[in-house]
Amino acid sequence: MFRRLAAVTAAAVVGLGVLAGCSGSDPGDDTTGPVKLRFLSLAWQKESLQANKDLVAKWNAENPNIQIEYVQGDWNSVHDQLLTSFEGGDAPDIFQYESAAIGEFSKQGYLADLSSLMSSELKGQISPGIWDTVTFDNKVAGIPFLLESQVIIANKKLLDAAGVAVPPATGGWTWDEFQANAQKLTAGENYGVAWALKSPTNRVMNLSLNFDGKFFYNEGGKNVVKIGDAETAVPKRIHDMLYTAKSASPAALGMSGADSLPGFFAGKYAMLPGSVSLRQQMVEQAPAGFEWVTIPPLKGVSSNHAANPQTLSISEDSKAKKQAMQFLEYFLNPANMATLAKGDWLVPTGTKANEELVKLTQGKQGWDVAADSAKDLTVSAFQKVPGYPEWKTKYATPALQQYFANKITLDQLKTQLTDGGKAVLK
Amino acid sequence: MKRFLQYVALTAYLIFLGFPLVWMLSTSFKPPRELVQLHPSLIPDAPTVNNYVQAFTEQELGRAAFNSLQVSLASALLTVLVALPASYALARFKTRLGTLALGWVLLSQLFPFVLLIIPIFLILREVQLANTHTGLILIYVVWALPFALWMLQGFVRNIPRELEEAASVDGATRLQVLRKVVFPLLAPGVVATALFAFISAWNEFFFALVLLKSPDLATLPVTLARFVGIEGTARLGPLAAGSLLATIPSLLFFAFMQRRLSSGSLAGAVKG
Repeated sequence: MFRRLAAVTAAAVVGLGVLAGCSGSDPGDDTTGPVKLRFLSLAWQKESLQANKDLVAKWNAENPNIQIEYVQGDWNSVHDQLLTSFEGGDAPDIFQYESAAIGEFSKQGYLADLSSLMSSELKGQISPGIWDTVTFDNKVAGIPFLLESQVIIANKKLLDAAGVAVPPATGGWTWDEFQANAQKLTAGENYGVAWALKSPTNRVMNLSLNFDGKFFYNEGGKNVVKIGDAETAVPKRIHDMLYTAKSASPAALGMSGADSLPGFFAGKYAMLPGSVSLRQQMVEQAPAGFEWVTIPPLKGVSSNHAANPQTLSISEDSKAKKQAMQFLEYFLNPANMATLAKGDWLVPTGTKANEELVKLTQGKQGWDVAADSAKDLTVSAFQKVPGYPEWKTKYATPALQQYFANKITLDQLKTQLTDGGKAVLK
Repeated sequence: MKRFLQYVALTAYLIFLGFPLVWMLSTSFKPPRELVQLHPSLIPDAPTVNNYVQAFTEQELGRAAFNSLQVSLASALLTVLVALPASYALARFKTRLGTLALGWVLLSQLFPFVLLIIPIFLILREVQLANTHTGLILIYVVWALPFALWMLQGFVRNIPRELEEAASVDGATRLQVLRKVVFPLLAPGVVATALFAFISAWNEFFFALVLLKSPDLATLPVTLARFVGIEGTARLGPLAAGSLLATIPSLLFFAFMQRRLSSGSLAGAVKG
């Protein structure tokens, strides 16, 4: 046995030597000569993955001096991955993430200011409100390119049976109309709505903009949490649907959007409020003959809701920022942005890309609603408050979960949210 | 009756352990529509291999599996090679240093991953081992060693000293005592240590994610994570297919090694 062990050890040592020789780091980039840039992408849906890879392959074929190495990341670990890469001085040159998360990196000096690198064409494609979501201390930390609006997916047959008309793509229901329709669609053990609120805070923050509810206010240069009627409007309406009108299923509360699909397809719930990307599951997973429609964002005092766009940023440490931006200008031209948005079932930030996408899809499968919803997306205060993630995890999420489970009152919810703000936003 | 109840309990436990694997197998053959049925069935109505095709074509699972296998085997082997003599020394030679060393080994387990990752990354980069499998293997060995040492030195302590003394009286040299008496009796401990190190390395995600930058070097857990999207959404079919394939090598490794777990019984070794 000892002899065998020694032989295997020797083989392993030789193997390790070979491995060490084979797998070295990339050579450094040069700002003037040919460069190789690492691009960390978070695409994960089949179509989106293919679109990303195809665009990179096409670029590489046409630009031998600026080669892009496509690196696949994942949404759940990207924050840790980037943080350690920045600290260790080995960050990808270009990376995909979201506006709410890159502010922290920008303030720490890890991200290049893109304002002077990008063309006026690219800048003009995207509305100023969306640029605000990625501008921190007057520095543009990333290019926003995909948006996720909040729509309602509904079972067409159930709507027809209850006599509920589908609104046009350019104008959705008010909250009052939505609640009344949910009531009409509730019968026996079937509910009008499934509010899948496993992670309720972002949804509530997003939708509260319908009533101009901001939650975070700046008083004398300091952020504070304030809860008034504008902030309680959405939680109160959801609570009423759950326990007063009983038009929303309490069982769906603990679910994520995807968890509620079996019940939706089985007719237990007539409407699913959720992300515009839910349409992909409809196309791929709905049973044969199942008819569904996309209903535009709800309206309170407005249809505004928070935009947390997916972004593409360039690391401050990159030795070839100009070349990285050249690639991004190509990657996000209107046609390519439309392709990327289609792959992820999201809304492109660029106006031309949006038009291209509607043309490409003929507005079918809810693309008309998706495209029109882009105008409702705007920056919200919570996206720019440094303590928001902590407030959300420690205070807002548990408090909202308790409120929606009918375990605390609205006044207790207000107190918990406000006290949480005091504890976190010192 | 007692025997019957024992069998019932054992069967229930086996189902409890095996059901997730069976469900994963079932999911891996289901088309997208069957994944969202209100009353899902164990046997797919329209089985498909499409999930396997997607798992392999989209994410190069084959290469990731080969990378994981290389890294895990090397880590297991090196862990055993270092832990074996060290644990023997810790168990047999009573010095204050030995006690301190054992305490330190235990203490080192208390440091959280995130605290160490950046210093480790910087050190590996200095010695040109960041973004290499060699660097990752070294980290895995160091990571597995504390537990491996504790485990193996327990096995060494269970070998009666009298057996070694008897061999010495019969004229065996120190090396012969180790080779012909101690090591064969330690086989179950070595196997258990190797299994532990292998499985730790096979499943490890965070170090592999942070230390390996090149797509060609990615290991299986990092590759499988790419089927998971935002806020817990996942492509369940390809994920189940990939996860099932990822389970097979460790099952085979365990099946191969577990026979040796019971091959070194000491029962009655020193009875007269």
